[in-house]
Amino acid sequence: MSNSSANFIQSSLGKKLLMGLTGLFLISFLVVHATLNSFIFAMDGGDLFNQGAHFMATNPIIRIMEIVLFIGIILHIVQALVLTLKNQKARPVKYAVNDGKANSKWYSRSMGILGSLLLMFLVIHLSHFWVGTKAAQFGGTIDEHNTYIEIIEVFHNPLIVLVYLLGVISLGYHLAHGFQSSFQTLGLNHPKYTPLVKLAGLWFSILITIVFAAMPISVYFGIVK
Amino acid sequence: MSHGNMNLTLKIWRQKNDKETGKLVTYPVKDISPDMSFLEMFDVLNEELINKGEEPIAFDHDCREGICGMCSMFINGRPHGPKRGVTTCQLHMRSFKNGDTIVVEPWRAAAFPVIKDLTVDRSAFDRIIAKGGFISVNTGNAQDANNIPIPKPDADASFEAAACIGCGACVATCKNSSAMLFVSAKISQLALLPQGRVEATTRVKNMVAQMDEEGFGNCTNTGACEIECPKGISLENIARMNREYFVANIKS
Repeated sequence: MSNSSANFIQSSLGKKLLMGLTGLFLISFLVVHATLNSFIFAMDGGDLFNQGAHFMATNPIIRIMEIVLFIGIILHIVQALVLTLKNQKARPVKYAVNDGKANSKWYSRSMGILGSLLLMFLVIHLSHFWVGTKAAQFGGTIDEHNTYIEIIEVFHNPLIVLVYLLGVISLGYHLAHGFQSSFQTLGLNHPKYTPLVKLAGLWFSILITIVFAAMPISVYFGIVK
Repeated sequence: MSHGNMNLTLKIWRQKNDKETGKLVTYPVKDISPDMSFLEMFDVLNEELINKGEEPIAFDHDCREGICGMCSMFINGRPHGPKRGVTTCQLHMRSFKNGDTIVVEPWRAAAFPVIKDLTVDRSAFDRIIAKGGFISVNTGNAQDANNIPIPKPDADASFEAAACIGCGACVATCKNSSAMLFVSAKISQLALLPQGRVEATTRVKNMVAQMDEEGFGNCTNTGACEIECPKGISLENIARMNREYFVANIKS
């Protein structure tokens, strides 16, 4: 039995399942993140947004989920690396001519590059906001920590705004393939529902991109003060 | 040159054997009829080469009517060339224009080593089939029709999966050299029928294990295989294989 479970985890389909499940879990986090971000548009000088940020920084369940989230991200990345290395080994000699655009979307073939861009963006993003919140948590100053002022300051820099926009666009394309792909990996393919899943995935990616891009843009242009 | 005939430049992969590295070699061909099949154009070229005392180009072919799955050629970056739903033998030269340059390469996958020129060893597929692509009963005489009731949609889906000719275009076009469209079709054609359900659990586990063993890559759902499959095998089969595999691993 245990041997059989080990075989399952090490199998191609077991690895794919883990990619799909962690991907979907990370998508659920994005929904929460985007919702809280949109609190800046309450136009109340950041009161609602700071309440949300404070809740996320202090609620014990959210604290546990933060650890689960990091585990999810690490599993997703490690599994992606393992699968990518295996996939590259599966074709040691490349084609001289390969017309990929004839049969698939560019972003479906570029999940590794998009994911790597996302990882780089994630490091920058965490250094901007997560590190500060963590310092406040462990320093005992979380009650005075003002995330709203932090975002106003960070998004004053046009270069940072540009980096965030590129990060968010990478995320959008990563999701445009990843959302519907995870359903297929989980074996959820149905002639009636798969077109709906694909459509939902596309609109979800567009919506997430817009909501995340809205924050740096509106702060930079002074729409949100 | 008769009316409508074409002059083309072919760049064809030449490789002596599985040990030596190959290269693309340029061959001009003249006066090619648009009504020739792609393989007939190769026959013409090979005859020229033989007459000149050169080694003809080795390529796989058998039935030349689109059902054997042998004619593995990666033409201008696509398996079986630019047309959908055809094998190389069903590809006609009218799909190209006078003066075109056409690059022809063998299937590229670690699991499909090149034997010579454009021929590759696809016995990895046979070894996957040998792990469970069958039903282990002595069937005896044919049963009466409708002895085992099978819903028409199931019979149709099974038949559509069974249309797979094992040509390997899915592996060839997949950015990961994944064989999952092939394996899932071979699992689905049996999993959908009551006779195939008996061994469904062991079949999916053994065939997936052999697929991994052969060194095929992992599906990332780009959907390229479905587009390039000459028999239109659907991605639904891969989802079905995933389901079958997960359930099989929960059960035992």
